[in-house]
Amino acid sequence: MNDKKVIWKRKPLIKNRLLRIGLILLISTYLLSVFLTTEIDWQRILEGIPRGKIFIFAFFPPDFTTRSDEILAGIFESLWMTIVATIVGILISIPVSLGAAKNIAPKFVYFLSRGVITLSRSFQEVILAIFFVKLMGFGPFAGMVTLSLSTIGFFAKLLSEDIEDINKSQAEAIKSTGSNWFQWVNYGVQPQVMPRFIGLSLYRLDINFRESAVIGIVGGGGIGSTLNTAFDRYEFETAAAVLIVIISIVMIVEYTSSHLRKLIK
Amino acid sequence: MPIIKQKDYKTWKKFDRKRDLQNWLCWFLGTLIFSFCFGLISSKTIWFYVFDSHNEALDLLGRMFPPETNYFFTLIKPIWDTLNIATIGTTIGTLISIPLAFLSANNTTPSKKFIRPLALFCIVSSRSINSVIWALLLVAVVGPGVLAGIIAIGLRSIGFCGKLLYEAIEEIDENQIEAIEATGANKAQIMTFGIVPQILPAFTSISIYRWDINIREATVVGLVGAGGIGIELDAQIGGLAWAKVSVILLAIVVAVVFSEWITAKIRRFIL
Repeated sequence: MNDKKVIWKRKPLIKNRLLRIGLILLISTYLLSVFLTTEIDWQRILEGIPRGKIFIFAFFPPDFTTRSDEILAGIFESLWMTIVATIVGILISIPVSLGAAKNIAPKFVYFLSRGVITLSRSFQEVILAIFFVKLMGFGPFAGMVTLSLSTIGFFAKLLSEDIEDINKSQAEAIKSTGSNWFQWVNYGVQPQVMPRFIGLSLYRLDINFRESAVIGIVGGGGIGSTLNTAFDRYEFETAAAVLIVIISIVMIVEYTSSHLRKLIK
Repeated sequence: MPIIKQKDYKTWKKFDRKRDLQNWLCWFLGTLIFSFCFGLISSKTIWFYVFDSHNEALDLLGRMFPPETNYFFTLIKPIWDTLNIATIGTTIGTLISIPLAFLSANNTTPSKKFIRPLALFCIVSSRSINSVIWALLLVAVVGPGVLAGIIAIGLRSIGFCGKLLYEAIEEIDENQIEAIEATGANKAQIMTFGIVPQILPAFTSISIYRWDINIREATVVGLVGAGGIGIELDAQIGGLAWAKVSVILLAIVVAVVFSEWITAKIRRFIL
């Protein structure tokens, strides 16, 4: 027997040694350049900590009662906005997602629909809301339009991926009966993507409610407006109450929607 | 799927009568809810502005074109800041989410009764507060600037990554852990050789996915003063310099498409 001890070592994550060292070098230069180009004002942070403490303590105790009418009205407005925006958004997304599926649409329509999706995904809801508030005036209508348009980017993208994954033979069977295009989509494609469709709608409902809480800050109506007003009036106790209400509703919506999604699966 | 006999021929229908009625009722209720909600919204809308919006939009587009291309060079620093906010924020968020995910996964948590709910609460509250609201709070504490944006994005990412990661931990293959255990490994060794290799692919794809989302989020935290391109956007909209706003919007689209392209490339390379 030889006395040489056999030592096992874990395989490195990246096999190519040159690539490994290169990546480490690249990451460290990046971090260094970030560190050098970001100005961090430590003085301001030190000053800010006691200020932040006062700020945070101003939130306690949360005051639900003084402005309870406004808070309730804001929540309901957010809810209406969310429901309408989700429905409208999904209705617009259906043709877009059909167009963005490679196996259904001709090349020209495909690129057009992909363009619409990319455009809608590029802009955060808040940026869209700024513009729609400018175009349509303050209030929940602008918020609703914003949420519907940003629903398209999310919904159509994921749904079109599901449409691309459908079972071809089922769709072909419908086609061989001599169906026209609409019948083909209705009986061959739609039943196959329906479970995903319902799951995505519930998920988007949940996201839209969460987003409706912020687009109010730029004038899009809903609970965000209440929050913004509370901040502007320096009524931090009310702001805390609004934040707690938002968190708890988001939690409720999220649990119900994930539960429903599990149920449907 | 019933076949219905009519007087002299048979037809095929998708659903029988009962199911048809149920479907019809669902549609009816849905329409009712929708019109009720829409009615409430429309009662709070000044329709004159809405019907006038196409004129307003044309006017705005007229002011936005041609974009002031020279302005792009002053945007390079804010774009760099935005990318940094997203990247460093994602790094911080994912690093903090790792221990949280281990604490909240059913099979790795040290105590199911006490620590798991606490960790889950951290994850949920981080998820429910939007990054703009986090930024709003943080600007007051650490002052306006890139740092507030980084922390806001990081805090928001914890919940997202933590949730997806602990779901991945809960789905690991127990047999592999048992095999490692059988060699006499201690807890830390089980972790590094049994669990980590199994969740590493999920972890990578979650972080890349979150980075892609964070690029978008980082463009707006500036609106409340937390650094990046949002500060410029806010300033130029405030100054009604629409020809500059269009340059900013173009820059955002380019940044987002670029990040999407990179994530697709990395994902194909790794997975």
